[in-house]
Amino acid sequence: MAELTATPPFAGLCLPLEIGRARIDAAELGQLTNIAPFRGKDAALATALQAAHGLDLPQAGQSSALDDALILWFGAGHVLLCGPAPDVALADHAALTAQTDGWAALTLSGPDAEPVLARLVPLDLSPASLGAGRTARSTIGHMPASITRRQDGTFLLMTFRSMAGTLAEDLQTAMSGVNARRSLG
Amino acid sequence: MTQPFRIPGLGRVDTARTLTFRFDGEAYTGHPGDTLASALLANGVRLMGRSFKYHRPRGVLTAGPEEPNALVTVGKGAHRDPNTRATVQELFDGLEAASQNRWPSLGLDLMGVNDLASRFLGAGFYYKTFMWPRAAWLKLYEPLIRRAAGLGALSGQSDPDRNEKAFAFCDLLVIGAGPAGLSAALTAARAGARVILADESAWMGGRLAFDRHDFDGRAGFDWAQEVVAELAAMDNVTLMPRTTVTGAYDGGTYAALERVARHVAPGHDAPLDCFWRIHAKRTVLAAGALERPVAFRDNDRPGVMLAGAVRAYLNHYGVAPGRSVVVFGTSDDGHRTALDLVDAGIHVAAYVDPRHEERLKAPFPVYTGSVVARAHGNPVEAVTIRHQTGREHRVACDTLAMSGGWNPTLHLSCHMGDRPEWNEDIAAFVPRPDAVPGLVAVGAAGGSFSTAAALAEGMAAANDALSALGFKPQDVALPVAEDAPYAIQPVWSVPGKGRAWLDFQNDVTIKDVTQAAMENFASVEHMKRYTTQGMAPDQGKSSNVAALAVLADATGRSIPDTGTTTYRPPFAPVPIAAMGAGGQGAGFAPKRLTTSHAASVEMGAPMIEAGLWFRPSYFPARGERVWRESCDREVAYVRNAVGICDVSTLGKIDVQGPDAGAFLDFVYTNTMSTLPEGRCRYGLMLREDGHVMDDGTAARLGRSHFVLTTTTAAAGPVMRHLEFVAQVLRPDWDVALSSVTEHWAQVAVAGPRSRELLSGLLDAPPELPFMGCGPVSVSGVSGRLFRISFSGELAYELAVPARYGDALFRELVARAEALGGGAYGIEALNVLRLEKGFLTHAEMHGRVTADDLGLAGMLSGKKDFIGKAMAARPGLSGPTREQLVALKPTGAVKQMTAGAFLFDAGAEPVREAAQGYITSACYAVTPRHTLALGFLRNGRARMGETVRMVDHLRGLDTTCEVIPLVTYDPDGGRARG
Repeated sequence: MAELTATPPFAGLCLPLEIGRARIDAAELGQLTNIAPFRGKDAALATALQAAHGLDLPQAGQSSALDDALILWFGAGHVLLCGPAPDVALADHAALTAQTDGWAALTLSGPDAEPVLARLVPLDLSPASLGAGRTARSTIGHMPASITRRQDGTFLLMTFRSMAGTLAEDLQTAMSGVNARRSLG
Repeated sequence: MTQPFRIPGLGRVDTARTLTFRFDGEAYTGHPGDTLASALLANGVRLMGRSFKYHRPRGVLTAGPEEPNALVTVGKGAHRDPNTRATVQELFDGLEAASQNRWPSLGLDLMGVNDLASRFLGAGFYYKTFMWPRAAWLKLYEPLIRRAAGLGALSGQSDPDRNEKAFAFCDLLVIGAGPAGLSAALTAARAGARVILADESAWMGGRLAFDRHDFDGRAGFDWAQEVVAELAAMDNVTLMPRTTVTGAYDGGTYAALERVARHVAPGHDAPLDCFWRIHAKRTVLAAGALERPVAFRDNDRPGVMLAGAVRAYLNHYGVAPGRSVVVFGTSDDGHRTALDLVDAGIHVAAYVDPRHEERLKAPFPVYTGSVVARAHGNPVEAVTIRHQTGREHRVACDTLAMSGGWNPTLHLSCHMGDRPEWNEDIAAFVPRPDAVPGLVAVGAAGGSFSTAAALAEGMAAANDALSALGFKPQDVALPVAEDAPYAIQPVWSVPGKGRAWLDFQNDVTIKDVTQAAMENFASVEHMKRYTTQGMAPDQGKSSNVAALAVLADATGRSIPDTGTTTYRPPFAPVPIAAMGAGGQGAGFAPKRLTTSHAASVEMGAPMIEAGLWFRPSYFPARGERVWRESCDREVAYVRNAVGICDVSTLGKIDVQGPDAGAFLDFVYTNTMSTLPEGRCRYGLMLREDGHVMDDGTAARLGRSHFVLTTTTAAAGPVMRHLEFVAQVLRPDWDVALSSVTEHWAQVAVAGPRSRELLSGLLDAPPELPFMGCGPVSVSGVSGRLFRISFSGELAYELAVPARYGDALFRELVARAEALGGGAYGIEALNVLRLEKGFLTHAEMHGRVTADDLGLAGMLSGKKDFIGKAMAARPGLSGPTREQLVALKPTGAVKQMTAGAFLFDAGAEPVREAAQGYITSACYAVTPRHTLALGFLRNGRARMGETVRMVDHLRGLDTTCEVIPLVTYDPDGGRARG
């Protein structure tokens, strides 16, 4: 019996990639679980989440993080738990759906991270609008995406796994465009 | 080579460095800071283009982006860019530019013969002349006219240049960095607001660069540079030079074109342009004003320039426009030009002023109550001055600087439908308050032509915005600047013989406008279209107001009653390449790759697009030369052994919650709540209008846990539909939806030996009944197994988390090959499903009902579901409609094609006689003949009938027989076995 080997979403793509003052790295987020609270169970879910994982249930546009766990607001009525396997107690209050392999995640860092993303994302990404810990669902180029500014200031970008190649390509194009401007007089 | 018209010590170009460039093949020199136009003028080149229609020789009229004449083609080969304004193109070493719309050369243009025929080529000429024969327009007249009249040409090659799109956000957007804009930006910046300051020039300062202004005893431009330096050092300020704001849109959104790399030689990988979408909470429009010409005979000759442009070339570029200049001004603004020329040591031959009072004391002849009536020579050698008495006299000169006054650059304020209002004091249109919500026009753009007013209004507008946005208003110490009166006496046109140009770019004269009025094209919008005034890249920037003043005169109305044409975005030309940046080639859409993509490509499979997905068409084996050989072999794998196909692209939706069953009963036409756990059921969804939306399966994984499959094409729309139903139609139900399409890699294992294959692979193979499902383990990896079939054979779909998709696919193919089977692509998949009469979106194309598909039995009578009432409408079912049937050929021609139409045998193949159409066709393997699905009027009652199939597009005509939908294994025993 052959073992089934795992292939990461960015396999075969040239990551990490550093161009000028921006850099992208594949992000390993651990297990991803979509959590959709049942009707009227938000408070109970929040309590269970705090008890089981030590995380606050994020409100719209928010995330909360520990060393080895991250939870993102993930659209109306959804949050995404990243890292640990979800505690079974959560299932009493919410629909839990495995999404670990559904998303490709990478981090974008460096002083030019904001101008690079400004070429792809139609949102105000300034710290005033998308400060540390803030998250948004939007688009990167033509792709549906989750965009989070982490506590260390880097951007966590997620899109469908099937689009990982386009995500890396689009970022590479934006990074080289921003960098090439610097060489102009 | 020397630059004979360069004035040493004047202007801001960097004369320490010399650049070489070519115009029409001739080498010239210039300096950093020059535009192509200023460098050509410095070299004494005055002829820069030929006019659009009459091929009249033209020189540069302006010093800015409003230039109508000096349009050139920059660059070579695929990089070439037509219709570049020489007044905007910054000079760089090695620049190559060429004139346009001339043959064989700019100096000798044989098309100039058009000018001799001008009395036949006036307004409406094309409409009147090329009426017949009708067919000749497209084939003969239009190509001829387009060749003779026009602007520059594209290269015809694929655009190799990079472009960018980007988004920006700010509290205050300031458009224009003249005195008003700088004052506004400085005020808002000091308050801590996020400011974007955009200006179309490479530098900032606006007219402060072109005119000599005294600001507290020093040059206004020096003040501007000091402000710019302060702004540049602030984190809350973004300076955007070389950026033209081109459009105002809803919600404080503005479009802007940044010329990123047009000022440097090719050979870099920076984008040429960047197309910005700027979202601003408040906007200050400080775009200044555009000077307008006066229409008199032959006012389009090279050497006739706008007076403000003369100052720009003199003061900013250090270029003399000529050796001897006549200035024709209609306001005090013209005085500046004459005085600057004198100070630069250039001879002013005369100052001509239509106003009667003596307002200028100067060391040159000043003619009050007079106008310039004609320009002579090519380029200009003299002008005729007409005095109040009617007496005329000629004055020799090589340049005429004219000013008909200034029009506020208000275009952006009209982009949301508002019209400007007439201001008699300055004889110009000005923006109305709140023309664009959140936008305030200040300085010259708002009709205030003094520099002191510009500075004050800029600060005031910024402070209003600051207050509205919760910032503290600032009291910025502004310099004391000129506050002189403008005192215009408008002169739109000077009566007389000959042709007097209004619109230089489109060759529209006063005669054309008056003729339009005579022929009752009296509305300004009709006049525009009849004469072409204000069209093309120029959009009437310098001609608009004068043209409608002439029209007002011709129709006996006032100017405000005549009104302006509609100003629409973009304010300045925007290359489509910039708007569509990133969308070239594969950038058009994201690529969705399945986890088996790499393996499929390794196996030589041609990948074809299915929506955004790429799927293998077929897997060629050694020795196979055409796709059908591969397809037939792959069909045989499934029919005889076992085939492997990645079906991950089908939509998968996780549905959970106490009301999941009720929810599914509501969205599917059939009942899902009764489905036992561990079972799947085929289901049909309707749209609210009663037509079929999608089909698929629902599998019950737990008491309140289902997973649905959708077709590949409808995965997105179905998810959106379900969200709509959950959020809007039944918000009272407790149901949670999550797309799991991407999480699971799902592979079909189909064929009589599929069970055998899986028993060897799965850790503990379950004994699933037909339409059963359950959890499985593959080498320790948790997966799901569904016994469903899209081929009519014993078949399964095995799902594992996507990270194992690649390994699973390779493993399954290897095992299938060992059993006499292998991978199959979507060509084979299509044959397999057509032989079984299974549907795809070729059939469920949005205009069919369940009854059309023969699925009326799936519309449950026991419950409500979306689309139920609407599906019951008369006319949506029954024999009058086209019903799904299968067809096989009976005639000599065996080919059938999707898209072909069906007719009664022997009927004329015309639209009115159409009985239906074919949606899918294939070369069936079992039995061997072409097979098609299609819709035929009352088709189910016409089994065995012969109909005619005509594909008008491909020239096919055959007869075919209507046969039952399921041609292979009609009782379905093989799938259940």
